[in-house]
Amino acid sequence: MRLGIVAEHRGETRVAATPTTVEKIRTLGYDVIVERGAGAASSLPDRAYVDAGAALADAAEAWSADVVLKVAAPTDDEIALLRPGAVVAALLSPAHSPELLAKLAARGVTALALDAVPRISRAQSMDVLSSMTNIAGYRAVIEAAHEFGRFFTGQVTAAGKVPPAKVLVAGAGVAGLAAIGAASSLGAVVRATDPRPEVADQVASIGGHYLAVDAAVEHSADGYAKATSEAYDKRAAEIYSEQARDVDIIITTAQIPGRKAPRLITAADVASMKPGSVIVDMAAAQGGNVEGSVADERVVTDNGVVILGYSDLARRLPAQASQLYGTNLVNLLTLLTPGKDGELTIDDDVVQRAVTVARDGAVTWPPPAVSVSAAPAAKPAQTAEPAASTPPEKQPMSRTARLALITLGMAALFAICAFAPPPLPQHFLVLTLSVVVGFYVIGNVTHALHTPLMSVTNAISGIIIVGAMMQLTVPSVAVQILAAIAVLVASINVFGGFAVTRRMLSMFVKGTQK
Amino acid sequence: MTAASVAGAVAGAAYIVAALLFILSLAGLSRHERARGGVVYGMIGMAIALIATLWLMLADAWGQPSATLGLILLVVAVVVGAAIGLYKARTVQMTGMPELIALFHSFVGAAAVLVGWNGALHDEGVAANLLGIHHAEVFIGVFIGAVTLTGSIVAYLKLSAKMSSRPLMLPGKNALNIGAIVVFIALTVWYVITPQLWLLVVVTVLALALGWHLVASIGGGDMPVVISMLNSYSGWAAAAAGFLLNNDLLIVTGALVGSSGAYLSYIMCKAMNRSFISVIAGGFGIVAPASGDEEQGEHQETDAASVAHMLEAASTVVITPGYGMAVAQAQSATADLARRLIERGIQVRFGIHPVAGRLPGHMNVLLAEAKVPYDIVLEMDEINDDLAETDVVLVIGANDTVNPAAAEDPGSPIAGMPVLRVWEARQVVVFKRSMASGYAGVANPLFYRDNAWMLFGDAKERVQDILAAL
Repeated sequence: MRLGIVAEHRGETRVAATPTTVEKIRTLGYDVIVERGAGAASSLPDRAYVDAGAALADAAEAWSADVVLKVAAPTDDEIALLRPGAVVAALLSPAHSPELLAKLAARGVTALALDAVPRISRAQSMDVLSSMTNIAGYRAVIEAAHEFGRFFTGQVTAAGKVPPAKVLVAGAGVAGLAAIGAASSLGAVVRATDPRPEVADQVASIGGHYLAVDAAVEHSADGYAKATSEAYDKRAAEIYSEQARDVDIIITTAQIPGRKAPRLITAADVASMKPGSVIVDMAAAQGGNVEGSVADERVVTDNGVVILGYSDLARRLPAQASQLYGTNLVNLLTLLTPGKDGELTIDDDVVQRAVTVARDGAVTWPPPAVSVSAAPAAKPAQTAEPAASTPPEKQPMSRTARLALITLGMAALFAICAFAPPPLPQHFLVLTLSVVVGFYVIGNVTHALHTPLMSVTNAISGIIIVGAMMQLTVPSVAVQILAAIAVLVASINVFGGFAVTRRMLSMFVKGTQK
Repeated sequence: MTAASVAGAVAGAAYIVAALLFILSLAGLSRHERARGGVVYGMIGMAIALIATLWLMLADAWGQPSATLGLILLVVAVVVGAAIGLYKARTVQMTGMPELIALFHSFVGAAAVLVGWNGALHDEGVAANLLGIHHAEVFIGVFIGAVTLTGSIVAYLKLSAKMSSRPLMLPGKNALNIGAIVVFIALTVWYVITPQLWLLVVVTVLALALGWHLVASIGGGDMPVVISMLNSYSGWAAAAAGFLLNNDLLIVTGALVGSSGAYLSYIMCKAMNRSFISVIAGGFGIVAPASGDEEQGEHQETDAASVAHMLEAASTVVITPGYGMAVAQAQSATADLARRLIERGIQVRFGIHPVAGRLPGHMNVLLAEAKVPYDIVLEMDEINDDLAETDVVLVIGANDTVNPAAAEDPGSPIAGMPVLRVWEARQVVVFKRSMASGYAGVANPLFYRDNAWMLFGDAKERVQDILAAL
């Protein structure tokens, strides 16, 4: 099949494939054609695509391919360029654009919405939303740093002490975590809020401090945050008000799929911030987490607080975004091309079903619900026959049984020593004492020395050579020969065992002695 | 006093000294600092025992016609034996250590069988009232020796992959083992009453078969326990020979080795959450794994270059090697990797599971061979709590010892076995040849974790690829 990479327009800086991903797509069996200039905005010249094995083409030819890869949703004119029966993959935001889906269905194309990849472990490698919001979270910090008139990191210089910037990140999803990581690696003090208390560890792991809201919350079943309860909202609002007075930078990332973004920071909170503070509202295009933010605008309030409402944060890192987007696409194509023969097939697999939003002239969105809180391939409930599937419990010996055994052993030993003719009792005395000594001597052996210990005990147990030697002088040639063989094998043990132990021990060195 | 009785008295004293030196030797071997001294004690003890025995032997038999032949045989046997032993010790690969030790155990077993037979063939000078006891001692000595002999040979064959390491599953194997012991007891009683040579032949064959079956029924994963158990058996064989020959040194030494081997096996069993009895009784009560190949989700694959980047970005790295590292001979490459990372200021440590490898302490020996300083090689208990704070864990050829199912899935066949909790680290890279399960035959959910990355291929080549990419 021919696969076309088309150029983007209207401010879209990303491109659906980079030379690196083109190579991978070709290994799946596709012939790749790239529209001239497609990668220019991501600093990817046509030359590089040609080197990766792609053919250059004009727009009409690229759009007429069997599979068309794109970033932004196609316009009406572009849809008209698509060949009926073709497959087009792009960010289609199916929840917000029913007309677009209808037009694609009417055109007779199969449409794959990359922003509809379900949030399950297996599909993570294709999750464009995650990879783009990751970039956006990073860029939000960079934008804030650009506006902010101070260092992020604290310093003590000859010209005085500089306190570190304090950053509040609202929402510890993919974007939030990326922002926390970026801000803390710049040296800022980072705090984070999120309705899901289970993210506290993740926040801590990348250098942030999680501000818990002590009120009950619903658990999410699809990996996205849910709308929160009233008591929770009240307490959270207090936290935001307290933090607004204290911090220098606020980055808000709270979004709820298919709904207006929750309002987290009120105008009063903004007014209480220090002049020169910066707010980046990553949800501005969905209605905004911050009162007063305007989508795609830089707003300066009366008290000198800058509110950035940029919705194109990922696009502001075009080369990076194209690379991740392209890799996500390759992973999706790998799933859709099981034979690696350049034939794109779509079946009823959960992931494939979810991304397919238009097919055979019909809109196929929304897909049936998928739940990810449960394990991907959860075992069927085994309550019916628990005994059959679990191995029998290992029970330690009961105390009475142990006591009985010890008593029995003692009695047997006593009987032997009391009634057996000499020299047997003496032998048993020696034996039992040696057993006890053996246990105690070995009791605290370093684990690392088990092998040398074993080989030295091995050498020592070659002491049986002594017995064989005593039999060597018996006046019977048969016995003498057998004894000689015994001496031979035992001496292999004695000499070999000690030599190999010495060799092993000579290898153990302590690092500080070097 | 005759020359012989002087020699006897001196030998008795020398044996006490030798026994003490052996105890000191074992005690020394339990700490790194004193280990080398421990070996020297052992060697001195052995030398004293041998010289004293030689004197005793000469003083006893001087002037008799058999003495000359005995002396010649002794010299030839010791020289040949020493040559073979030293040659083996010098040439053995450190990865082949488990096989060598198993082979050495079989020699002790063979010697014990031969000494027992000699005791039966030549029982002059045994007091009449002790004759029954003497017969019983012969029988017990031969039995333990023969079990050790074939058991060790099977262990050797399994470890050197000349025999499948899968457990042999004969129908009614527990009944076979118990039956063999019952028959042995019956034969012993019979032999004590009417000592006939064919009974000795029968018991030898029986014990050889039992030893074979015991170890053949144990899977490759339990080999560390088997080796230390055979170590223990070889000690008991020597002790039994001591009873037979009325020699306290043999009893002391045999009992020391026997009890220390048993204790080591016990430590191993605890580390695997196996019942000690069930392992030494030859796979007693091992249930075939119920669920081996259920689908657990998808794994994520990575390549050497990405792992190199991951390591460069890390500040703490833990490497947990397993038997796969030994198989791939990857210890030197792994040690190089560790050195390179340390030079970059990254904290690198090794986490060793007690039963990693096929011999207790196997990984430690391999890493020591590759010149990894032993103070960065930590035990499971020392490192487990730090794993959650670790950036990258490299799992090289380990599987069951890092299986989260042991800690989290009560229905798993390895449930309750203490494992290295590598999945708590931020990133885990698993070096593996394929997605096959480990020796325990249990699927490993670690591979499907979100923070786990699979790096397929030969462990040594992959580690070298990473070194090249760093």
